[in-house]
Amino acid sequence: MSEMSAQSRGMRDVLLRNFRAMKGRAYPRIIGMNREPSWLFFDTLMPILSIAAFVYIYKAMNAPPQYIGYVIIGGAMTAYWMNVLWAMAAQLYWEKEIGNLQLYAIAPVSTMSVMAGMAVGGAFSTTIRAVSTILVGIMIFNVKFSMASPLLLTGIFVFTMIALYGMGMMFASLYMLWGREAWHISEVLTEPVYLLSGFYFPVKYLGTGVATIAALIPLTLGLDGMRQLLFPYAGDGFIPATHELLILTVLSAIFLVLAHYFLNYMETLAKKEGRLTLRWQ
Amino acid sequence: MTSVKTVHLSRTFKAKKKDGGGIVQALRDVSIEINKGEIFGVLGPNGAGKSTLIKILCTLLLPTEGKAYVAGYDVSRDYRKVQEKINMVSGGETSGYGLLTVRENLWMFSQMYNIPSKAAKENIDRLLKEFDLYEKRNERVRTLSTGMRQKMNMIRGFMTDPEIIFLDEPTLGLDVGASRIIRNFITEWIREHPERTVLLTTHYMAEAEELCDRIAIIDNGRVIALETPENLKKLVTTEFPFTMVATGVGHPERVRELVGNATWKENDEGALKFSMILEDESIIADLVSMIVEEKGKIIHITKREPTLEDVFIKLVGRGLD
Repeated sequence: MSEMSAQSRGMRDVLLRNFRAMKGRAYPRIIGMNREPSWLFFDTLMPILSIAAFVYIYKAMNAPPQYIGYVIIGGAMTAYWMNVLWAMAAQLYWEKEIGNLQLYAIAPVSTMSVMAGMAVGGAFSTTIRAVSTILVGIMIFNVKFSMASPLLLTGIFVFTMIALYGMGMMFASLYMLWGREAWHISEVLTEPVYLLSGFYFPVKYLGTGVATIAALIPLTLGLDGMRQLLFPYAGDGFIPATHELLILTVLSAIFLVLAHYFLNYMETLAKKEGRLTLRWQ
Repeated sequence: MTSVKTVHLSRTFKAKKKDGGGIVQALRDVSIEINKGEIFGVLGPNGAGKSTLIKILCTLLLPTEGKAYVAGYDVSRDYRKVQEKINMVSGGETSGYGLLTVRENLWMFSQMYNIPSKAAKENIDRLLKEFDLYEKRNERVRTLSTGMRQKMNMIRGFMTDPEIIFLDEPTLGLDVGASRIIRNFITEWIREHPERTVLLTTHYMAEAEELCDRIAIIDNGRVIALETPENLKKLVTTEFPFTMVATGVGHPERVRELVGNATWKENDEGALKFSMILEDESIIADLVSMIVEEKGKIIHITKREPTLEDVFIKLVGRGLD
């Protein structure tokens, strides 16, 4: 009995330790936004420009009015994609450059909890940016949403985030090992994902085959599900939103497990090859 | 009671193609034991293997051969257990986030060590005062000078109350005042916590001599001497350390050829200051003749007490600079 209680105390201690690490690492991301007010211009007003381009194309084509809403949601979700690709995956390169990576690596916590801290902090600050973009978009382009199922919508959004940031953690392991060379991967992925995930159009128009492959990217189903629930009358969905939630839940689990495996593997490899620190240190 | 132990520890790296490729032997067959309560110094020139040794002991690098134990745990196998017992501070470290304040940065790192926020903040404030940095607690890190930043790094290392702390050239590039505060803190810390251990690498002989209970001199990845500073200095007591300052010496390497070992540096007045260890004092006459022959001028020659630098020169055959 006492052995069991010691075990449960040990487990509680490990969980608390890793939760604190996550909270600590999330802090700079959350507080950083208040310290750099220039984000209001760069992250809210600038995305509106690319959104506006697509809005005017759709207006010129006399597309149904929900397409303007699709574009605004897609535009807002690009903030998450960029955050995951550049401020989440690539972040380990910068952490190594400034000397933080070695300090995280010698701390008695899992790399996953440090990455989770980055993810939570990143998702929080990006959500504020995305909401600002949506609000500005709604005001300028007068879009009307009708929410069909708030609970399902929340579920789809939350699991899209978990799967997406899980994928980001997986990519981060590459940066741990390859450093700046892994930038090419981020560069290669940026634009094709805009297309495959249907940031500016309903993904079902890619055709079933391509859309099914694209569904491996969490944003594809996330965007499609959210659009279906915000514009229930349109009928532009790829598969039913409930199915999308189920697939996103599975994708979340897969990406988190893979991230855990890859981060452990790459950390061990980096220790073997001496890549956790800069050469001069 | 042993705190750190290495057994035939070796580490190799693959050299980059642009550096000629091949294998670089960073550590060779290093076997040392460091006791609790010790300030243990590792002294060596650039590339000697000091940082590689620290990285292995801190679980940042795996050894190629041999074993290393920290606080009784194998660094390769039980690395999480090791990490609970240690911390590390490097010289010239630029860690942390520039947009956070000093206090926020330290708090953030404290969270990696499972320290409750209230206790962490109290501890941080106490250490900020000890390091004379309390006034800067709400300044953003990016506004700090090098010395202030290194004090903050020291606080980061000590605030987790480690059993063993690894300090990799902690006073590198700091001014006299900041270096003194750091050295005094290390001495006081180990005096107040005799069950703890400090492993310190340094370039500065005087620092090693002042702080360390024992010193390992390392060169080309190999430990070539390991003793107390006093015993190390005894290695040169049968010889004669001299300092000579001279001007107009066109070929200082001739001095080295004559006496067997000598290092020199140009001082602010443009004269050369030689350090040498003579096996036979009578060689001074030949040295004077040689300088006169070269039309140089000897400003002074001084016989002095042996220092660690003399030991280093004798063992390694060159100075640290």
